Amino acid sequence: MTPRPGFVLEVDGSTPPTLLWNGEGFVLERLPEGTRVIYPPEPLPPLADPVAAIRDALEHPVGGTPPLRALLRPGMRLTICFDDVSLPLPPMRAPDVRQMVIEQVLDLAAAAGVDDVVLIAALALHRRMTEAELRHALGDRIYEAFAPHGLLTQHDAEDPDNLIDLGRTAEGEEVEINRRAAESDLIVYVNICLVAMDGGHKSVATGLASYRSLRHHHNPTTMRHSRSFMDAPSSELHSSNWRMGRHIAASGVKVFQIETTLNTDTFPSQFAFLQRREWEWSLRDRAAYAASAAALDAVPKRIARQIFHAIEAPHQMTSVQAGEVEAVHELALEHIWRQQGVAVEGQTDILTMGLPYICPYNVHSVMNPILVACLGLGYFFNLYRGKPLVRQGGVVIMRHPTRAEFDPAYHPSYIDFYEQVLTETTDPIEMHKLYEESFATDPWYIHLYRTGHAYHGVHPFYMWYWCAHALEHLGRVIVVGGDTKAVRRMGFSPASTLADALELARDVVGPSPTITHLHVPPLLMADVR
Amino acid sequence: MKAVVFERSLPRFAAARLASTLGSGRGARVAPLRLVDADPPALPGDGWHHVSPVLAGICGSDLATIDGRSSRYFEPLVSFPFVPGHEVVGTIAVEATGADHNPIPAGSRVVVQPVLGCAARGMTRWCRSCREGNPGNCEHTSLGHLRPGIQIGYCTDTGGGWSTAGLVAHESQLYQVAEPMSDAGAVTVEPLACALHAVVAAGIREDQVVAVLGAGTLGLATVAALSHLVDRGALGQPGAVAVGARYEIQRRLAERFGADVVVAPDQLGRAIRRQARSMVVGGPAGARLTSGADVVFDCVGSSESIAAALEIVRPRGTVVLVGMPGRVHLDLAPLWHREVHLVGAYAYGTEALGAVTLPTFQLALEAASAMGTGQLVSATYPLERFEEAVAHAGAAGRRGAVKIAFDLRSSTRGGRR
Repeated sequence: MTPRPGFVLEVDGSTPPTLLWNGEGFVLERLPEGTRVIYPPEPLPPLADPVAAIRDALEHPVGGTPPLRALLRPGMRLTICFDDVSLPLPPMRAPDVRQMVIEQVLDLAAAAGVDDVVLIAALALHRRMTEAELRHALGDRIYEAFAPHGLLTQHDAEDPDNLIDLGRTAEGEEVEINRRAAESDLIVYVNICLVAMDGGHKSVATGLASYRSLRHHHNPTTMRHSRSFMDAPSSELHSSNWRMGRHIAASGVKVFQIETTLNTDTFPSQFAFLQRREWEWSLRDRAAYAASAAALDAVPKRIARQIFHAIEAPHQMTSVQAGEVEAVHELALEHIWRQQGVAVEGQTDILTMGLPYICPYNVHSVMNPILVACLGLGYFFNLYRGKPLVRQGGVVIMRHPTRAEFDPAYHPSYIDFYEQVLTETTDPIEMHKLYEESFATDPWYIHLYRTGHAYHGVHPFYMWYWCAHALEHLGRVIVVGGDTKAVRRMGFSPASTLADALELARDVVGPSPTITHLHVPPLLMADVR
Repeated sequence: MKAVVFERSLPRFAAARLASTLGSGRGARVAPLRLVDADPPALPGDGWHHVSPVLAGICGSDLATIDGRSSRYFEPLVSFPFVPGHEVVGTIAVEATGADHNPIPAGSRVVVQPVLGCAARGMTRWCRSCREGNPGNCEHTSLGHLRPGIQIGYCTDTGGGWSTAGLVAHESQLYQVAEPMSDAGAVTVEPLACALHAVVAAGIREDQVVAVLGAGTLGLATVAALSHLVDRGALGQPGAVAVGARYEIQRRLAERFGADVVVAPDQLGRAIRRQARSMVVGGPAGARLTSGADVVFDCVGSSESIAAALEIVRPRGTVVLVGMPGRVHLDLAPLWHREVHLVGAYAYGTEALGAVTLPTFQLALEAASAMGTGQLVSATYPLERFEEAVAHAGAAGRRGAVKIAFDLRSSTRGGRR
């Protein structure tokens, strides 16, 4: 059966309650009549033979690039870079697409007699992946072949010996990336384009960059001018990355880009109701919802978190394309839009959303309040092309418990950011001026980033900058069911129920607002006209 | 005329100590503390004057005494019964010569430097500390023509501030209050003098990281003292002054007095790590800073606060005990291993600020005016409501207050400020 496209439902008297994510759980809410609910398209059928598709892409690259095997030769230095644990979400069932692609690349390299091969997790300022995560992404065979010999590395943005200064773009942006990669005869970058923000020049120019380089586009001014950062032509974040990527290419660094796209088959069968439209829930879906909701309510939050983070998505590959970066990315974007695009007529006064347990930066960890803000106001708010879903001066209502809980191993600087920065200011520009550098250069954070599994000291700032466009655009942000103190600290308004939140919102947008609910995940991209 | 009197009664001490486990200041109802009819104390000799209190503060050491938590160290240094109250602004009815040897006209407001040193005790041979202008370190505390008592407010013969009958003070203890200063500002001069004395003793240098543990009156006064000494050019600008403050009013005042970083007390270690750019050793259960603050002012004086101070001070740094400690249980391994200087800072004396020396109280009068420390006074009570006043002082932060004082101008005056 052909998968159905995305859909905008108008709630009426016969509409059943709508499922809203609520962290490590979910609730059913009866939305006011007239509310528009935007549902994502159903998952596209996957590639019938993904391995064959990968081989074909490597053999028939786009953008005038020769086949990969023609670029490989004995004695060359080959560096294979791959996206880190932040993609895809939730982590996909084995085999991961990175494993599938890299196995084919390695087969070609072996056939060509290439001995000097190094794998690099392109994690920019993200945390280092654990051994289990690397094994999951690459498979045991690749891990065992490379890791014990020091040939499977993770990009270290603070290792002065393994960074190279490639000069500046015409706009004066410093371009400093991983030395091993830059000095290789060829970089093969293996990417997962989960959303339209991913991929393109952002892969190398961000994934392999240093703080010195990243700060040129990871800042509040750039993010305020990225409208949205999910729409590259309208995104200053991407413009800067593109300038850097072209500069990298002009510096003689050769990149063979491989971009994959996935379908939105996001949850395993026991949670299948999460990606069905409520009025189509079967008896089994209703039972699964009731059982899940009851069980999640009954168990300690720690257990609920473990249950959710054990989820492996049944995502499957819908496309793979290889070759020149920009040509590859154009194709990947087409596939993303085909899977995720939903046409939406006009903006809304109030945008509601339920936030799940996971975002790109808390895989196997806690979603702290800063990440809650980033997921709602960074990612979900920006799931648009054209105009934001919510009008200027409108209100976003997010549902999430928003507990002031932090993972000290993964997010050490987030704790200080929460305690020492957000207590002083929530203005991205001001915190950028006053605090960013001291966090970015803090030797303890750098030590934890380099030797442990900590996000870089500056990372919480970036998460807040991700919200900068929304914070400037919105009249109010309301969090339903969140920890009051944490919500207020971020400058948002707490509400105990959705009805209360709507009342609060009416103070801002007027007594008869239009309401739109973003029914994600699974993910969608709103094409707002 | 009335006075609140503290008497010797071991059963009541014990009861107060038990009651205080429910919270600071809760011992007032069972402590050997009662409101009595009182006459003004007799003048002990030449150079003594009657002082009619206007405002008299309730200090942490008063609360510790009432709650039976004071160290037994002080037993031979006080005489019973005594009228508490050593933070005093009052008036004199007869012209006096002040501590600065200038005349103070009759009817003037004065603050009382309460330490009873050699001058007040009529010692013919002064101890070395008093000769050097540091009566706080007087070696004759229980000698001379007065009964024991380290300060007015702990001595039978002098009376104390918690009295409408007044107290007596030696001319060496009197400092005239200039007219623009409010009574509230004047009543904070004594704790501010303690803070100034501690800050000067710490020898803070430019760009050093300073931590203040506790943001009650003494902690906030310490922040104000730091700022004033920097403004005065007597101290270099610290790299950062970080304060652990539990309550909103404390946070607000700490910032107003010039703190750079104000965090919850359990976050002070994290803040100091950031400011000192320190690394950390040990796991989550026993994480410790490798470096830390150059100077830590402990304005609490408990086992926990001193231990916390030792956790956040850098090797060879200084921990200054500003708050009155008692018997504490401490692991001194970090002090030994990191060669930390643990120093006490009691009362006041003469401060050397570069080439200038001046009495701490004179400096405190100047600082109280410049920093507006009168805003520390949150509420005043008439003497008749002393139990409520003490309970309020014991729960000051929680109840949105800092300094609680008695208003002695009328037995019925008082209220929120």
